[in-house]
Amino acid sequence: MAKILAAGTVAPDFKLRVTADQWLSLSDLKGRPVILAFYPSDWSPLCGDQMVLYNEVLSDFRELGAELLGISVDGVWSHQAFAKDRHLHFPLLSDFHPKGAVARSYGAYREDEGVCERALFVIDGNGVIFWSYLSPIGVTPGADGILEALEALSNQSKQDGQAEGSSHAA
Amino acid sequence: MARLKVPVTPHDHIRGPADAAVTLIEYGDYECPHCGAGDEMVRELQKHFPGRLRSVFRHFPLYEVHPNAEAAAQGAEFAAAHGRFWEMHEGLYQNQERLGLPLLFELATDLGLPEAELRRVLDTGEYASKIRDETRGGVRSGVNGTPTFFIDEQRFDGPLTFDGFVDAIESRLNPKPPKPSLWSRWFGRRT
Repeated sequence: MAKILAAGTVAPDFKLRVTADQWLSLSDLKGRPVILAFYPSDWSPLCGDQMVLYNEVLSDFRELGAELLGISVDGVWSHQAFAKDRHLHFPLLSDFHPKGAVARSYGAYREDEGVCERALFVIDGNGVIFWSYLSPIGVTPGADGILEALEALSNQSKQDGQAEGSSHAA
Repeated sequence: MARLKVPVTPHDHIRGPADAAVTLIEYGDYECPHCGAGDEMVRELQKHFPGRLRSVFRHFPLYEVHPNAEAAAQGAEFAAAHGRFWEMHEGLYQNQERLGLPLLFELATDLGLPEAELRRVLDTGEYASKIRDETRGGVRSGVNGTPTFFIDEQRFDGPLTFDGFVDAIESRLNPKPPKPSLWSRWFGRRT
């Protein structure tokens, strides 16, 4: 099993295709928390699969100020059809060429199968990993861990803000 | 391991005896075919463990992919207000291929429930926030798709097969005694 990047590590930047002519960089989202959800492939036969579930929880993620990005090695056209079919309202990034390079940089690539692990990262507004989780094979992670991490991050930011405020006052 | 964050209360929809040794909680969606198959399995499991297993159903409609799921959940809650939740629930799953408003009204009529009230419930979304709250509680407990089952407080991550559940429920009913620690075995030999 892969060893994924741990909390406290600077999140490797990347630039991946979202559609045939649009790219997205992690650094584009600097200043707000980002959820990276690596998953093995589009078109899981389950109707309530991981990306469908996160799509349902999207408003809760956004209430906590976070952006969600799904990443797999599928190509942009697969992502486009999958997102349309499942009514997904967040970007799916294509780690297609060179295959799995971004997943590898996060330690989230399953070499023997050539797909991403089910690995989750919550990255803070400064681009540092705040929380990460690697799901055991065959078990889909829910959204509970992500929400708890985002809340902890939000509480920490508030406390830091207060500490900064009081030091200015002193 | 994900754990149920919202304890079972008498306000839940419960099938089976209140003092059953094991509780099987399902988060499900009326439009999800896997949930339909799952409901049949739950009833088989209750026959397999008579008096020892109760089941709880909580709503987890996937609003974006299943356009009829939320209305069906509202219909089930409407039936619950008249004490007929499980009849409506089973009727919805047994006729899942026809899921939609006509089926809801047909089932309500069969159960002798007031059509005008069902219409009002659907128009006003009377139970929408109750359903949303159940879904949110499920998300917090680690629901990871539909259906998601919990055996007592523990999410069931095994295969969703009859035998998989039987094994897990049996191990709850007859927990294996913990192995004595090395220390106690060594200490036991000396005394």
